[in-house]
Amino acid sequence: MTMLKETRIVLRNMGKIDPVSATDYRAQGGYAGLQKALKMTPGEVIAEISASGLRGRGGAGFPTGKKLDISSKVEADQKYIICNADEGEPGTNKDRIILSSDPNTVFEGMAINAYAIGASRGFIYLRYEYPSLFPLIEAALQNARNEGFLGENIFGSGFSFDIELVSGGGAYVCGEETALISSIEGGRGEPRSKPPYPGAQGLYGKPTVVNNVETLANIPVILDKGGEYFSKIGEPGCTGTKLFTLCGKITERGVFEYPMGTNLMDIFETHGGVKDGRDLKGVMIGGQSGYLINNTQMDLKMDIDSCRRKDATLGTGTIMVIDDYYNLLEIVENIMTFFIHESCGKCTPCREGNVRMHEIIHNINVGKGKMEDLELLEELAETMKLTALCALGQNSFYPVITSLKNFRYDYVRAIERGQR
Amino acid sequence: MVNITINGIGLQVEEGTTILQAAESLGISIPTLCHHPDQEVKASCRICVVEAKGFNTLVPSCQYPVFEGMEIQTHSPKVRNARMHLLELILSRHVQDCLHCARNGSCELQEVSRQLHFDKTPRYPYVERSNIIDDTTGSIVRTESKCISCGRCLYVCTNVQSVNAISKIDRSFNVKFGSPYNSTLAEGPCVNCGQCVQACPTGALTIKDSTDKVWSQIGGKKLIAAQVAPSVRINLAEALGEEPGTVSSGRLVTAMKRIGFDLVFDTNFTADLTILEEGTELLGRLSGGGALPMITSCSPGWIKFCETYYPDMLDNLSTCKSPQGMFGALIKTYYADSIGKKPEDILSVSVMPCTAKKFEAARPELSADGIADVDVVLTVQELANMIEASGIDFKSLPETEYDAPFGLGSGAGTIFGVTGGVMEAALRTVYEVVTGDTLDNIEFEAVRGFEGIKEATIPVGDLNVKIAVAHGLGNARKLMDKVRSGEADYHFIEIMACPGGCIGGGGNPIKTWKKMKPRLEAVYRHDRELPLRKSHENPAVTEIYAQFLGEPNGHKSHELLHTHYVDRSEVLK
Repeated sequence: MTMLKETRIVLRNMGKIDPVSATDYRAQGGYAGLQKALKMTPGEVIAEISASGLRGRGGAGFPTGKKLDISSKVEADQKYIICNADEGEPGTNKDRIILSSDPNTVFEGMAINAYAIGASRGFIYLRYEYPSLFPLIEAALQNARNEGFLGENIFGSGFSFDIELVSGGGAYVCGEETALISSIEGGRGEPRSKPPYPGAQGLYGKPTVVNNVETLANIPVILDKGGEYFSKIGEPGCTGTKLFTLCGKITERGVFEYPMGTNLMDIFETHGGVKDGRDLKGVMIGGQSGYLINNTQMDLKMDIDSCRRKDATLGTGTIMVIDDYYNLLEIVENIMTFFIHESCGKCTPCREGNVRMHEIIHNINVGKGKMEDLELLEELAETMKLTALCALGQNSFYPVITSLKNFRYDYVRAIERGQR
Repeated sequence: MVNITINGIGLQVEEGTTILQAAESLGISIPTLCHHPDQEVKASCRICVVEAKGFNTLVPSCQYPVFEGMEIQTHSPKVRNARMHLLELILSRHVQDCLHCARNGSCELQEVSRQLHFDKTPRYPYVERSNIIDDTTGSIVRTESKCISCGRCLYVCTNVQSVNAISKIDRSFNVKFGSPYNSTLAEGPCVNCGQCVQACPTGALTIKDSTDKVWSQIGGKKLIAAQVAPSVRINLAEALGEEPGTVSSGRLVTAMKRIGFDLVFDTNFTADLTILEEGTELLGRLSGGGALPMITSCSPGWIKFCETYYPDMLDNLSTCKSPQGMFGALIKTYYADSIGKKPEDILSVSVMPCTAKKFEAARPELSADGIADVDVVLTVQELANMIEASGIDFKSLPETEYDAPFGLGSGAGTIFGVTGGVMEAALRTVYEVVTGDTLDNIEFEAVRGFEGIKEATIPVGDLNVKIAVAHGLGNARKLMDKVRSGEADYHFIEIMACPGGCIGGGGNPIKTWKKMKPRLEAVYRHDRELPLRKSHENPAVTEIYAQFLGEPNGHKSHELLHTHYVDRSEVLK
């Protein structure tokens, strides 16, 4: 058994500074990355970020440098940077931890992004259910402005940038970037079909880069210490660290930072294994639309590509531990209830599909299942994956489909019991 | 230009072309539901998805623009499976009462199901979306269990008409399109224009059927006297399966007589009368008596819109009743007297392109002593249904003249059916009345066509008359905002609630702009073919003034042919 030690890049200042104090942050080397960036050309800044190998931490894993590069090349009189802080994934708290312990690193990351693409305004779209963070971030923003890290002519460079804090609409789907943009504009929080991508036509029709809190928090370090330094952390092709939220029946819950590629079993054991000495049934990884794996599949490298290769997902880095006390089907049913609630209802497969999945699983759970139901679930999942409009409907069925595969016996047993 | 292949066939299309458009150019038909050729892309039903090489998911063909080298499969097994499953999900939420649905045979969902040969029982139990049936407006019926959440009604009501009577309510499985805050349509700002009916792919939005009110009187004691609006002759044949723009002026009279209507009059007659009344009113206002700009009042959807959103400008509306309203009043007074009948012994039926006419006919202003001037309003679609139900082969019918004394109408009356037509008809008359000269060219090109707002300055004698024409209430709103703010200084404005004017009205066969073009051409062709083309030259009009009304805007006219309006802005509060 390997006992792990955290590698704190994103959470480098956690507990060391007063989160609202820009001067505290500065004293720890904060805003040095921005200061450096402002002496480079925007192209050089993007090249540095590309060299780091940083990929988006919101779940999709798109290369951040490439995203910035695309928007930087679009001609427009106005561009925007949006920090996606609509952390709606149940069991995921990493963005809350970052924003509550070190908001300035996010501001700095946004400012560097803004300089890179030529934006002068930024928005933090903060989850509605994080009320305690609103005054904290407002105060931190004001302090950063007072110290000249935000606002007009930052570091005398001629570059101006400011950030507005926006309240989320209280809907999970608003974490989807086009829905988020619609919500900021005052519309229904509903995604739209892409293209055009926000990078070309986003907020108010202008080029917009939407990045996750964790992604942004890495950027000051990349500029300060260099892309090469960053690229050596983690796995080749999937660099840096990842914040993991440990929840469910694990002894030590919380948010912890490990290099990309850290073994799941090691993380599990380092934090005390199953709580109260029960047996491990499985783990839900990646959030509610993540994957349910069983206790024989724990030898898994936790980075974007390794997970994909093993037919799993890193997602938001959430690890929910399930012990043998639970009826897995009840967990899956509960997850589908969540998606029924959170689907915006725009596209057919998501609006209708989640409900039908829930209906079938519920029937199996209460002893009214048929073996054909399993086939129908698989077929429905395939249809949702292929046809849903946004990532919500394209992923919401994964708990169903992965549990069908990795815990098939639980389904078969429930059906057979019902038929007796 | 970009090079792509669809189902192995190489082709070159313009950049920005969607996959759906590219496929159509090859004659490949991809099923669609939320897609409407005249609306913005929604890409929400997903039934049009296709396979594109290099993509992990299927892509919606209605939305996705092609790119160089794109390889597309529109009907692969993968696509077919997904499409069938989507349809199965939709059908599991759609009430299966096709055999007794108003859209049986013209339903797009039915068509997609037929096209895909979906012939199994859905594996999901039917779950009703909602049991609400809202027929409160008397013009439109909203049946929520038939809604497939495509959003086409919302788009037209909000983006095209700016009426905002329909909104998207709730989320997820419970999402629905209905009146805000789950109220009824009648409680909200709905103007009954029926453009939502035109946009709906299924029977979720339909015309409130009034045919039973006529069927039950056929062969009975009452004299059934009908009036037929100008645009009905343009669109009726289309509703019965003929090409758009097939004029059926005389055949429709024959058909109505065979069904059992006793008298078939021509609303073109009161359209001409409207021109004399409204023209006289305009001249009066121009010489200092009343609010300018004066705005036409023929379109009941527009009137209710004005009463709701522009109650401060009701004085600008012409006080003239619509041609339907004038006709109704004349039938129940002058005509009833002339044949020695009591008004209640006549069933006054109007055939209109318009759902809002049903609301108009029910207005208390259009009745006398509790007796309505117009008892029943049938839309083009309803008359077509009656003809079909009577076993009449419309195509082979001989022609019959409209009945006297209200059977004669001019081309000026006919063009009431299209945007700009009332304006043009008025100009033909006003010009000649004011100047005493004969117009060389009576065709006013400046007010013709489908441009949203048309403006012109027309010299009439010493005065340059500034005019504007708007059709579609979204355009009306833009124009009215300019008038309200004082930015515009027109003398005379024509507004029609429906895009394209009456030929695009909610009571017509289902339209697209593509179908509207031949309809428009038919209106002007019909006008050119008529011997009479100016309202003031209509001898029947001259006669009724001599016999009964006296003079335009005279005492009798005011009593019977003019009306007043009410402030309805309360519904917005």
